[in-house]
Amino acid sequence: MSAALRRLFLASLRRRPLATALSLAAIALGVALGLAVQLIHDAALDEFGRGLRLLAGESDLQVLGPRGGFDDALYLALAARPEVAEASPLLEVQARLPGRDGSLRILGADIFRLPGVQPALLPVPAEGVGQFAALEAGRIFLSAAASAELGLAPGNVLAVQSGVVEHALTVSGGVPGAGAGQALGVMDIAAAQQLFDRPGLLTRIDLRLAPGVAREEARRSLAALLPPGVELLAPEAAAAQVAGLSRAYRVNLGMLAAIALLTGAFLVFSTQMLAVARRRQEFAFLRALGLERSGLKRGLLAEGAALGLLGGLGGVALGHGLAALAFRLVGGDLGAGFFEGLRPALRFEPLPALAYAALGVAAGVAGSWVPARDAAALVPARALRAADEAGLDARPRWVAAFSCALAAAVLSRLPALGGVPVAGYAAVACILAAAVLALPGVTAAVARVLARGRAVLWRLAHARLAAAPGQTVVAGAAVVASVALAAAMAIMVNSFRLSLDDWLARMLPADLYLQASSSAASGYLDEDTVAAVAALPGVAAVEPIRFEQIRLDGQRAPVTLLARTIRAEGDLPLVEGHIAVPPDDLPQAWISEAMVDLFGLATGDELAVPMAGRLQRFRVAGVWRDYARQHGAVAVDLAVYQALGGDHRANDLAIRLRPGADPAAVAQAAVAALGERTVRVATTGEVRARSLEIFDRSFLVTYLMEAAAVLIGLAGIATSFAALATARRREFGMLRHLGFTRGEIGRLLALEGALAAALGVAVGLAAGAAVAWVLVEVVNRQSFHWSMDMSVPAGGLALFAAVLVALAALAARLAGAHAMRRPAVLAVREDW
Amino acid sequence: MLEIRRLAKRFDPAAPAALFEGVDLDVAAGECVAIVGESGVGKSTLLNCLAGLESVDSGSIRLEGRELAGLDDDAFARLRRSRYGFVFQAFHILPHLTLAQNVALPLWLLDVAEGEARERAGAMLARVDLAARADDWPRHLSGGELQRVAIARALVHRPALVLADEPTGNLDPGRAAAVLELLLEAVREAGAAGVLVTHSAAAAARADRVLRLTAGGLAPEP
Repeated sequence: MSAALRRLFLASLRRRPLATALSLAAIALGVALGLAVQLIHDAALDEFGRGLRLLAGESDLQVLGPRGGFDDALYLALAARPEVAEASPLLEVQARLPGRDGSLRILGADIFRLPGVQPALLPVPAEGVGQFAALEAGRIFLSAAASAELGLAPGNVLAVQSGVVEHALTVSGGVPGAGAGQALGVMDIAAAQQLFDRPGLLTRIDLRLAPGVAREEARRSLAALLPPGVELLAPEAAAAQVAGLSRAYRVNLGMLAAIALLTGAFLVFSTQMLAVARRRQEFAFLRALGLERSGLKRGLLAEGAALGLLGGLGGVALGHGLAALAFRLVGGDLGAGFFEGLRPALRFEPLPALAYAALGVAAGVAGSWVPARDAAALVPARALRAADEAGLDARPRWVAAFSCALAAAVLSRLPALGGVPVAGYAAVACILAAAVLALPGVTAAVARVLARGRAVLWRLAHARLAAAPGQTVVAGAAVVASVALAAAMAIMVNSFRLSLDDWLARMLPADLYLQASSSAASGYLDEDTVAAVAALPGVAAVEPIRFEQIRLDGQRAPVTLLARTIRAEGDLPLVEGHIAVPPDDLPQAWISEAMVDLFGLATGDELAVPMAGRLQRFRVAGVWRDYARQHGAVAVDLAVYQALGGDHRANDLAIRLRPGADPAAVAQAAVAALGERTVRVATTGEVRARSLEIFDRSFLVTYLMEAAAVLIGLAGIATSFAALATARRREFGMLRHLGFTRGEIGRLLALEGALAAALGVAVGLAAGAAVAWVLVEVVNRQSFHWSMDMSVPAGGLALFAAVLVALAALAARLAGAHAMRRPAVLAVREDW
Repeated sequence: MLEIRRLAKRFDPAAPAALFEGVDLDVAAGECVAIVGESGVGKSTLLNCLAGLESVDSGSIRLEGRELAGLDDDAFARLRRSRYGFVFQAFHILPHLTLAQNVALPLWLLDVAEGEARERAGAMLARVDLAARADDWPRHLSGGELQRVAIARALVHRPALVLADEPTGNLDPGRAAAVLELLLEAVREAGAAGVLVTHSAAAAARADRVLRLTAGGLAPEP
């Protein structure tokens, strides 16, 4: 069999170079996209994990509190406990860098505690800098990545911002233990507390337990000392919480790549199906010569496997290239903003590379399975007749299609598994399968309904569709999955974008917004600053907005506490409940949709929120839509927050202007009053535009994958029609004898291509709408915990469909040109 | 109806010897001429040259008084659709059209009204004794029946010239005789000129004249 395998089967791939090349490209693309996504995220997660390990050092437990910090008296209490061998206090600040775009992670550390717990963070003074410089205020030690990124060397000055005030720190050395991928700075903890106006506050304490003390036992006994909102976690649990935040995004991209690979498998299916149809008599002859059915099947599966292997290997190489490119262009989180401050490096990982190459083989074999089965089933005596034409199986499979659709409906009702919408993705796969299975039935139904018309080309195309729908079905099948994916993504992204725009309008009701830094960074606005802005000419009113990160329990990632003016119904984009509610014994809080999913909370429930070191009880008055924080947010009225927590700082300032006031003039006045380098003022329109720009950037990878899937679908049409045209050379020869011009035959092919594509597109669009519903209502909801209003971009989809059908017609026409180059006289005599 | 004068064809323009040259032929309306010759002498090529599917190197072809040499590809295609009929050895019946639709295909090309096309295709199928199977699919027919459908298709649009290349080559002797008889009768009835290329002496004998093709031209077969 091996010689036969090589000469009869594998060699046939070389005889049809176009179809082979397109199938290879499709598989390679699918494999490459999947592998690239995995490589990028693995590298980013590795680096992220390394950062956490670096920070955790040799600690056994970590005390984590809100971003605002907790009382450093806890450090003394813990350090005195017999279970604790060593404790290292840290104040972690994301320092805003005036005049620069980014921020820097600064760790205020007790230099004497670092060697025992986090030796990798030990600062090393530069040459000529005193040995105890790390204890001096005004000095900072930068890791190599931070030095390179900021372009600073020892002796240079780094400007950092606290509130709206700029401070200078002298770069005094490095943090050699930090490695190449971590951009951070280390300074003395007392100096950091003073500089960033966090007197007596810590954000974490790392504990090394005394020998013989069990970690779980220590965790239980020490937990009793912790104030509300402060949790004691094992280092790996903290890492898992953060890694979990990006998991849904990673899985989503991985699934998109899987669909691209599935589309590649469809392409292999359609080219192999048509190749089998064309080689029918060759196979019959081989069977007559004594080749067993199983041998024929094995040979065809080997063709698919060879395609898959070559495509897979190409995909592995391409995947590494794509990953390298993505690192350079959009960073280690593909633009999603999960891993800021990390500089992950791309590495060749043999195991994923092998796994993805194997996926390519699987796609090739899966695509060849049905054609191989059909070829093995052919009756040699009949297939050997010269006039016998291949009839591609196109029986309606309504029962299978409806079963898949039903399975999709059931799966879409199931909950997420470990935070990943596994059933939702399975529902998407079922919908795609239902669409492909429905295509033969739809084709037959459309052929019955379509008018036969008078034009001869239409009559011929219609007759072919009605009597031999198999070829149309095979050609159209390659389009269905890619169109469904593209349409689903278009509907989902459109729904998301419009919902986001509407959400921004509701969340940004003022005319101008002033910000000292992002909510996570060290800039803030104090009461004096707020009053100074309120007093500016043209300002009618100012509304401070405060963001705080709090921990509701040790099991889940921190959530955001949002304090802003919430008095009228329109002040929050509510999806449930009201702003104005009957008086209660408890103050009101409104929770985001993520809180409902992650914490199981509902309107009317009581919610305990750690504020100023104690638990404050709130009544949940409603649920609001929040596209900014997928880990959850609690909104409370600013006045209530200030009264209960005593915190009068603000992160943002919403500025309402007097009628006729010039926004640009007010913005300029605010910047002049507070400092150009320390505050940013933007109109609502600018904030919205910037937010939508970030949105579009985060979907860039999605758009690229979508385009790849559509290209694969178009390639499917081209390959199908190239194979069909070759198989129909005798027919074209006869038509040329009857008086058809070459142009007319080209137009016939274009018409048939357009018909096949139109059917594929129509079924794909219907499937796409269903997939979009699953993405919006199930996958997004379970992955990111936010809802959106479905909105179909009808005009865009109609244009997309029309362009795709036109391109398919062109592809079919061009693909057929090769077959038509053969003289008609030879074609009619060809006896295959 | 068909006049050929000093027709010459070489496969390779640089080759010293022509495939054939000096071919002269006149075929009257209602007349069927059989062309015989050794394998490779160019019988089928001559038919293709008459149909404008292969170019000629020199000479003249006139059909119904119109000079055809020099027509471009599309002009010849338009001429073929109205004035030519073909019968092939391998039938070439489209599997996705019914018998009636296969026969009506030339009429569709000529934009004949649907009703009239159906009526004329039905009449031609009746002429070849397949009226009852007008709505059948080709896959249900035998080789002889398929060739009868091909004959109906070749004549349904009333061509001036019917070219048949080994029309009985794929049929057993019994069926071949019947099919050939039918073809010749139908061509004569239609008043077309018929040119038949064949290897079969029995088939050639049924034609009105038999000519032998050699490199030097056509000569009557004794």
